[in-house]
Amino acid sequence: MKSTWKLALGLASAITASTAVSNAAHAEDLTLCWAAWDPANALVELSKDFTKETGIGMKFEFVPWTNYADRFLNELNSHGKLCDLIIGDSQWIGGAAENGHYVKLNDFFDKEKISMDDFVPATVVGYSEWPKNTPNYWALPAMGDVVGWTYRKDWFSRPELQKEFKEKYGWDLAPPTTFDQLKQIAEFFQKRQIDGKTVYGASIYTERGSEGITMGAMDVLYSYGFQYENPKKPYEMEGFVNSEKSAKGLEFYKALYDCCTPPGASNSYMGEGVDAFKSGQVAMHMNFAFTWPGLQKDENVGGDKIGYFVNPKGPDGDQFAQLGGQGISVVSYSDKQESALKYIKWFANKDVQAKWWSLGGYSCLNSVVKDPKFPSSQPYAQAFLDSMAIVKDFWAEPSYAPLLQASQKRFHDYVVAGQGSAKDALDGLVKDWTQIFQDDGKM
Amino acid sequence: MLNRTADNVARATPEPLAKKIRGISDKGLAWLFISPTILLLLAINIFPLFWAIYLSFTNYRANRPNEVVKNLGLANYRRILGDQDVWIAMQTTAHFVFWTILLQTVIGFTLAWLIDRKFRGHAFWTTIILVPMMLSPAVVGNFWRFLYEPQIGLFSYVISFVTGIPPTNVQMLSNVELAPWAIIIVDTWMWTPYVMLICLAGLRSIPEYIYEAAEVDRASNWRQFWSITLPMALPFIMLAVLFRGIENFKMFDMVNLLTGGGPGSTTEVASITLKRQAFESWRTGYSSAFAIILFVAVFGLANIYVKALNKVKQR
Repeated sequence: MKSTWKLALGLASAITASTAVSNAAHAEDLTLCWAAWDPANALVELSKDFTKETGIGMKFEFVPWTNYADRFLNELNSHGKLCDLIIGDSQWIGGAAENGHYVKLNDFFDKEKISMDDFVPATVVGYSEWPKNTPNYWALPAMGDVVGWTYRKDWFSRPELQKEFKEKYGWDLAPPTTFDQLKQIAEFFQKRQIDGKTVYGASIYTERGSEGITMGAMDVLYSYGFQYENPKKPYEMEGFVNSEKSAKGLEFYKALYDCCTPPGASNSYMGEGVDAFKSGQVAMHMNFAFTWPGLQKDENVGGDKIGYFVNPKGPDGDQFAQLGGQGISVVSYSDKQESALKYIKWFANKDVQAKWWSLGGYSCLNSVVKDPKFPSSQPYAQAFLDSMAIVKDFWAEPSYAPLLQASQKRFHDYVVAGQGSAKDALDGLVKDWTQIFQDDGKM
Repeated sequence: MLNRTADNVARATPEPLAKKIRGISDKGLAWLFISPTILLLLAINIFPLFWAIYLSFTNYRANRPNEVVKNLGLANYRRILGDQDVWIAMQTTAHFVFWTILLQTVIGFTLAWLIDRKFRGHAFWTTIILVPMMLSPAVVGNFWRFLYEPQIGLFSYVISFVTGIPPTNVQMLSNVELAPWAIIIVDTWMWTPYVMLICLAGLRSIPEYIYEAAEVDRASNWRQFWSITLPMALPFIMLAVLFRGIENFKMFDMVNLLTGGGPGSTTEVASITLKRQAFESWRTGYSSAFAIILFVAVFGLANIYVKALNKVKQR
């Protein structure tokens, strides 16, 4: 009987002790919140080194892009403690800073000698600063991203297609440098039979629900002369958003959608674009650069079959590309801010950033992207570098969500549903955005 | 003997429980038992309703909890009622409600009438017909999206086979003209069995002797249908219309899964507009006002309809 009691007591003590140890270990665990996509898997791999170095465990909360904003903005707005670290979208920075969701990092950067001059300037402005172009930092640039294009190098290099194209358009079939050229190539491939299969010109963003069509249309509009506001008078949009050049850009985007996209591509975003390219449906494919490592590795369309090019120039020679990507921030409601800051310090390290790039993440650190070996390190590295040099981003105001919803509606109504004219759509957008800024007391 | 049994029963019957618990009457005890339910109802139904009414008069935004909340009076209501997009969404909703109810009622009643003939294997066919209703809307939405796919979808191939139009030209979800009908078809496919069930209950409730009397009077089948079947099943049909009307007025899942409100805003029903304002644009005060307007509209229409239903039942 005595021995039974001893055994029971021993077991109970062992269980209690193991629970205590386990709780202590969990108390140190950090939770990092991000979107569920390829770079997130690379980050999981990378973060194992952090755990090895510091003993701090890492947990991850990844949410698909379609629910990413809803899920995490809800979490931040409700002051939730789920995320200690968050890789939030670039447009969230204004709202997150003004509503106190993110920890301001200036003092930490000064103390740890992390200089924003060491990062690609566009990513610092896009992912870290609020207000823009002021030295107030709320995030460390984590994942550089930009909209660019992939094309079927193997199709472009077929002699019979090259010959036919030259006869028809008078120039060599090659990656386009202007939007007019892009449309000609897309028209050339539209409904063409290649290897017994009907293929189409291009996959572009047309998604209605979140941000798709805005990201796609803006990618064209910027190079046509669209501006968000009067550079000399903030929030004055009349004549800038709805300028004649902007209208021409939107008309071009609609023409590209009407002439050269696969049937039924009226609600396409990142995933649908990748599917269209991977399945060999399209000759060209607009998408964020994060998709490139996966496509490069693809057995059917990757390797020597794929090429990359920067967003083409507009009619006046202007060339811009839509910024994507995110910075990493410490959530101000976290109880583990000290450990979270340790992660940021570790992540800013040069060697960690080099490994981040090698695993499939897009580093924003100058020492990585300006390394002479960088352009040849991956087939898409040069296109990424060139694209990052010409980026522009959507509003990052606290009201970015209604601003985005307004452009989603106006662009989709015109481009996909064919309602009204481009000028009507942009005039309507000026009206919507003006109302939003007036509600915010900014006008 | 009888008296003894009665005494035994009386002795075995427990005293009212309330007498055992000092100070609580039977009525008090009843309240004690139902109070958790009432509290729950107040917490999750009544309080949010009143809270939404309060928010509808403010500029509150759920994503900016630190901002000062201003009282706007009736400004949100005025803005909604003057917003052309809201009226377009209401028209789209009305279009869906009308066509789905019409198709579901006609097809549902016809199916119920056929099933009521009690032919061989009718039980099996009843089960088969009920299958769509048993599926999750998420599943239905996703597989119909594939069926409608212009390049690989079965629906497009069937239409192509019948009409000769190339399947890639049958763009049910991308075409402005076809997209609303794509949703109506799916909703009708899924919910007609529900209408059929209610109608079948109505048909089975008609006493057989009425038909026997009609037979004696040599009434034709057509005459029996118009004079007996339809009038006696009418309250059930009206009930089915009421249920489907309320459901389809707030239709969200199928539209969201199939078109997301697109192409453009062609299929943007009121509930999609409401969701966008509330959870994407975070205009909580504005969307609360919109929700109240929708609630009043549905409540008002349902009340008028129920009165009409009662009149039909009393006839």
